[in-house]
Amino acid sequence: MKQVVVLSGKGGTGKTSLTASLAYLAGDEAVVVDADVDAPNLELLAERKPLFEEPLFWGRSAVIDYERCVHCLLCVSYCRFSALHVKEGLPKVDPIGCEGCGVCQRVCNFSAIEMREKLTGRFFISKTRWNNFLFHARLAPSGENSGKLVTYLRRKAEEKARAEKKYLLIDGSPGIGCPVISSLVGVDLAILVTEPTLSDQHDLERIVALARHFGVPHFVVVNKADLSLKNRNRIREFCSLQGIELMAEIPFDQQVLDALMVGIPVIEYDPQSPFSQGARAIWQKAQDFLKAQERS
Amino acid sequence: MVIACASGKGGTGKTLLAVSLALACSASEQIVFVDADVEAPNAHIFLKPDIEEERVVEAFSPQIDEGKCDGCGECADFCYFSALTLVKGKVLFFPELCHSCGGCELVCPRGAIKEGAVEKGRTRKGVAREGIVFWEGRLKVGEPRAPAVITELKKAVKKEFPDTLTIVDCPPGASCALVEAVRDADFCILVTEPTPFGLSDLKAAFQAIQELGIPCGVVINKAGIGGGGILGFCEEKGIPILGEIPYRRSIAEKYARGLTLVDGEDNLKREVLAIYQALRRVTLKGAGS
Ligand code: SF4
Ligand code: SF4
Ligand code: SF4
Ligand code: SF4
Repeated sequence: MKQVVVLSGKGGTGKTSLTASLAYLAGDEAVVVDADVDAPNLELLAERKPLFEEPLFWGRSAVIDYERCVHCLLCVSYCRFSALHVKEGLPKVDPIGCEGCGVCQRVCNFSAIEMREKLTGRFFISKTRWNNFLFHARLAPSGENSGKLVTYLRRKAEEKARAEKKYLLIDGSPGIGCPVISSLVGVDLAILVTEPTLSDQHDLERIVALARHFGVPHFVVVNKADLSLKNRNRIREFCSLQGIELMAEIPFDQQVLDALMVGIPVIEYDPQSPFSQGARAIWQKAQDFLKAQERS
Repeated sequence: MVIACASGKGGTGKTLLAVSLALACSASEQIVFVDADVEAPNAHIFLKPDIEEERVVEAFSPQIDEGKCDGCGECADFCYFSALTLVKGKVLFFPELCHSCGGCELVCPRGAIKEGAVEKGRTRKGVAREGIVFWEGRLKVGEPRAPAVITELKKAVKKEFPDTLTIVDCPPGASCALVEAVRDADFCILVTEPTPFGLSDLKAAFQAIQELGIPCGVVINKAGIGGGGILGFCEEKGIPILGEIPYRRSIAEKYARGLTLVDGEDNLKREVLAIYQALRRVTLKGAGS
């Protein structure tokens, strides 16, 4: 079983449209993970049938018992996350800012602080219209631990994929922080989607550094390549300097947006559109790469 | 006043609106711009600041004195994040799991743990186009915890410019980093696009903002491509629509070249200012009621 992640330094580059198209092409050979737990959008294109749902309680948060509290405010001075404030002389926990470290509980001499579990998010397994299993989740509003949630999703999906499938396809989360690291580590191939804008180029450099840091083979895809030829050339140059293969350059394609509005991946909406052709070429190259890797 | 600019995910035009707003308002007011999207700070591309100062953001990291440690394991028992483990009477530290809470130093009965520091990222300050005061945070590559850098960034800004009109470009998403960035803002602009993705992300971001009790309004980017149910959602929740940015390929091209809405031929400065005025109206009304 081989794992492929689709990543982009930032949202809005067409990452989810591409992953959905790849999921469509892979069909029942793949288990799909939507690791963008902050903004899980893949399900909107996949028309899923829910099979399983589970609430996850991982975090904890400090709760103050005001019957016992003597307002010494020692706890406030020890919290390194500014999650304890003083309001009208009383310590108040900001449950959103609280990391659950337990330092305040420890320093309170009056046993006035208790640690209680809090909802991290919900985990789902669904079946998509293209016959793949979709592992996805929704972080509780302002929830933390998105990195851990991604790791959990991946582990669950890996169990399933290892037993019966050829590929694990991951729609990564944007950025370069904890959830991204969790979706990148240990995969066989990372497809990095970028756009020829100055800002995306910056993101691309960071994400390439990250892939390299973790030793993950990676290719680049330029979406909306004709938006700025100058920037596209810069990405070409960057890739050749860094020895990274440019998998595909896909021109600006109105069909991507049109397909999104109807809620299906581009490749189903118009199999001949430039984006669909790009997606097919990408999937072919990814498969070839993984096969070659297996042989070596 | 602190105005945060957020969106459920990246790519909705949040940074474009934030920098355009800063530039449009800079003619009449001193502006502080804060790029709190520390994982992918991009505002500098549009505002072109001269960076004058850079500070390292550090956080607590335990330094274990093996000479003093007797392997009692109290620190490992305490550490909620499993960053410390006792193996054969020796304490092992896993820095990537550490949240820098400082608890281990506190609980060690031997005084074997001392406060050390690790770099989480940097904050940078400078002067940008039109005299805008510019701040940004940058997370160190490979460093998983963004909120630490955002907290420091906001602290520094608040200390130096407590009363200046401040525009904060927030990280995408609706989780811890966003919450850290918008917390203590007076108003939050939620930038969205009229697609099913846009609506789904808007809902998540709105929920987070609502929990924090921060008043907000919506700006629809790429207006005209469809409905996407945004209007219905805003009406249902009573979220004011502050304005729209039309969908044009020329805007995407401008963005690609590092230009803002208030630059070049099809200058949308008036539309951007109208968004700011709508925001002022909403906040004034909110303050009066
Ligand atoms: S340390 Fe305990 S007693 Fe003191 S203010 Fe905090 S909760 Fe109250
Ligand atoms: S548990 Fe930790 S983060 Fe939460 S309030 Fe207590 S000291 Fe602060
Ligand atoms: S500082 Fe906190 S998280 Fe880090 S090792 Fe010590 S107890 Fe664990
Ligand atoms: S609490 Fe102190 S003495 Fe005990 S194992 Fe940890 S470092 Fe060593």
